[in-house]
Amino acid sequence: MKENIVIVGGGIAGLEAAAQLLDLGFKPIIIEKSDHLGGHVADWNCLFPDMSPAKDIVSSLIARSADANIFLNTEISFVNKLKDSYNIMLSNGISIITRILLMTTGFSLFDAHRKEEYGYGIYDQVMTNKDLEHWFNTGDDKRINNSAMNAVGFVHCVGSRDEKAKNSQCSKVCCITAIKQAIELKQKFPDAMIYCFYMDLRMFGKKYEDFYINAQRDYGIRFIRGRVSEVGENIDGRVIVKAEDTLSGKPVKVTLDLLVLMAGMVCNPDSTKVANMASLPVDSDGFLKSKDNVADIIESPKEGVFYAGACTGPKTVPETLAEARAAALKIYLYIKGLE
Amino acid sequence: MIYQGKQKIWADYQKEIPDNHWFYVRSCIRQNFFPGAEKMFMEICRDLLKKDIFETENHTTCGGIAYHCDTIPQETVMTIVARQFALMTEAGYENYVASCITSFGNYIEILETWKEFPELETRIRELLWKACRREFNKPKYVAHASDLVYKYRNEIAARAKYRLVNRFTGEPLRGVEHIGCHYAKMFPARGIGGAEYPYVLCGMIESWGGNVIDYPERRHCCGYGFRQYHVKANRGYSLSNTHKKFESMEPYHPDFILTNCPGCPYFMDRWQYVIAETEGKTYGENGYGIPVLTYEELASLVLGYNPWDIGLQLHQVAVEPLLDKIGIEYDPAEKYKGLNEKEIMRPELPGVLRCC
Amino acid sequence: MDFGFKLSPSSAINLDKVNLEKFEELHRAEPDVYKCMACGSCTSTCPANKYSGMSMRKVILALQRGKEKDAVAMMKNCMLCGKCTMVCPRGINTRHLILSICRIYEEEVK
Repeated sequence: MKENIVIVGGGIAGLEAAAQLLDLGFKPIIIEKSDHLGGHVADWNCLFPDMSPAKDIVSSLIARSADANIFLNTEISFVNKLKDSYNIMLSNGISIITRILLMTTGFSLFDAHRKEEYGYGIYDQVMTNKDLEHWFNTGDDKRINNSAMNAVGFVHCVGSRDEKAKNSQCSKVCCITAIKQAIELKQKFPDAMIYCFYMDLRMFGKKYEDFYINAQRDYGIRFIRGRVSEVGENIDGRVIVKAEDTLSGKPVKVTLDLLVLMAGMVCNPDSTKVANMASLPVDSDGFLKSKDNVADIIESPKEGVFYAGACTGPKTVPETLAEARAAALKIYLYIKGLE
Repeated sequence: MIYQGKQKIWADYQKEIPDNHWFYVRSCIRQNFFPGAEKMFMEICRDLLKKDIFETENHTTCGGIAYHCDTIPQETVMTIVARQFALMTEAGYENYVASCITSFGNYIEILETWKEFPELETRIRELLWKACRREFNKPKYVAHASDLVYKYRNEIAARAKYRLVNRFTGEPLRGVEHIGCHYAKMFPARGIGGAEYPYVLCGMIESWGGNVIDYPERRHCCGYGFRQYHVKANRGYSLSNTHKKFESMEPYHPDFILTNCPGCPYFMDRWQYVIAETEGKTYGENGYGIPVLTYEELASLVLGYNPWDIGLQLHQVAVEPLLDKIGIEYDPAEKYKGLNEKEIMRPELPGVLRCC
Repeated sequence: MDFGFKLSPSSAINLDKVNLEKFEELHRAEPDVYKCMACGSCTSTCPANKYSGMSMRKVILALQRGKEKDAVAMMKNCMLCGKCTMVCPRGINTRHLILSICRIYEEEVK
């Protein structure tokens, strides 16, 4: 089938949709701004709740979508609306005429520097969830000292549920990610005291609550209900964390060897850029606006433009993959309707 | 500590500060606490650096202490402030510089409030006219006096007689900087360096040769806290907050504390005496305390002014150990001689805190 | 010297200084003690709560915050009726837990 289908973003949503469309007999085009496929998941080590290796999922997606036309290191320069199609000009000089655009532009990780009070980039022993995954993958991070890891803290909701940071949304995956990472660290440092500072624990997904009970009962992760309000650095370079233990109504303070900030999901500025070029609306949370947030999450209000994954809001991996499959089917039916 | 990380934040929170032509308002309490400080601000800025800084005897309190103690309504404070602006307008100035941090915060808060609620500004203009037949323009620029000294810090360094270097060891002196709460906590963008890692005093210490200590309770209030101190039943809270800061900075062995607020230097200075008397604990070397200075006093010291001319004898904590480290010459016999060699009274020496 | 005021005691909990040795022992005996998610079901049905302040949720929390004396003082009002065990959604055997606490925190109970 000759129909051009342009997929913007080569993360897991773009790859899964491309794989499905290949199976349906199309040859989609993936445009990816970075030099590799797999998006954020490619930077991750293991995925909750079954600790499946992220690289297995990414490499199988890459293998399944290998026959697509893939442009790496490529951005969209501009989008022109023609009568019943779009002319898309790429940064490599190629232009594509297409009637179908699938936005799989995903999210950006909240820039933890912006929460100045947590001292990311200022205090030596503060890192993000992404930095920790990098360490799980490579074992390379000078913040983690194998012989001195006695106390570690996780700060939930960094840049999420935070109107002052202009992100009032819950990033959805950080609660369970913190529990996953806390367990992984406890496995590596069994004698370490590990704290999670949370406001609510939102264990909505399959087996998440079991994972949480596991963290409590079997790993002894200490959950402290209270948002970390301030971090300081001690004379020996460790960090001092202040929060309220809201369950006892008392301020609590603890010295830690490592503090991990659970940076949340925010809308991807590149996603907004492409949306502006294609005149796609943006929702009040900054993510792309669907035709309907209940019934038609994968459809844009524009003819021929579809969404999948975290470009419309924070999503888990299975949710993203499910949307990608749904979008592929929707595109297939849409093209059939055109014929 | 990653210094470059702080530099990034400092670069985000810089503000334009006009170089010249300022209308200066003093603090109501500073002249009683450390009388040399404001005098030296005028001396350095006006007489030494030849800046045009104007002040008038007609200005009053800004009402900030009463406002923060919840004893007068906000409209009254606004009308008092409107009158100050009227004095500035009448004197032909557009840049307004306040000596006091709470005043500075008060002015910024009022101007921001008027921006959001213009009808309130109109009402205050009416009230001011009814009260004293005055009119005002809003200042084009409001700065705190430490912003100006920060701006002139390199000019001061160029003329400095001393550097903040320990002459016995050759090492930079270790300074703790303490920023008044109302400087940037309410409006972070209005403070040099922002609210979490303010740069205004760090910049001075660095420019004059010292090193800045960052300790865990750096951001904590000095303890004054208006009602915490003014109501005697609460005074223990004031003392406890100060104590918390000293306990936190103790391991870093600071040579001095630099402040930019009227209350902070006073309470961090005097409470060291009270802590010594009640807890038996002192924080400096050999039983001394940690000298607490205002930025004007520190600027004056590096510029080579006589410590007794800038009012350092009014400090509870002896400044002599610091003067010795910097290598500043002073005559101990002159300490309690006032203007024209007149003997001023000598304080009784405390029992625990070592003083000179 | 008496100034008429002095340092006020801090209400802050310093987790660095909390000794959890006994709590670890309790955890070995009662692994489920960690499962408490502070829902408060136990407290709302406790017949001693309204009159004495006994709260199983607070007992578990206090033991982890270095406030063993407070925990034990609360527990002295427990009548071992077992209602808290019935309502606990996490299935913690609170009745058995109370007995283990009495054993392990014997000194505090005295």
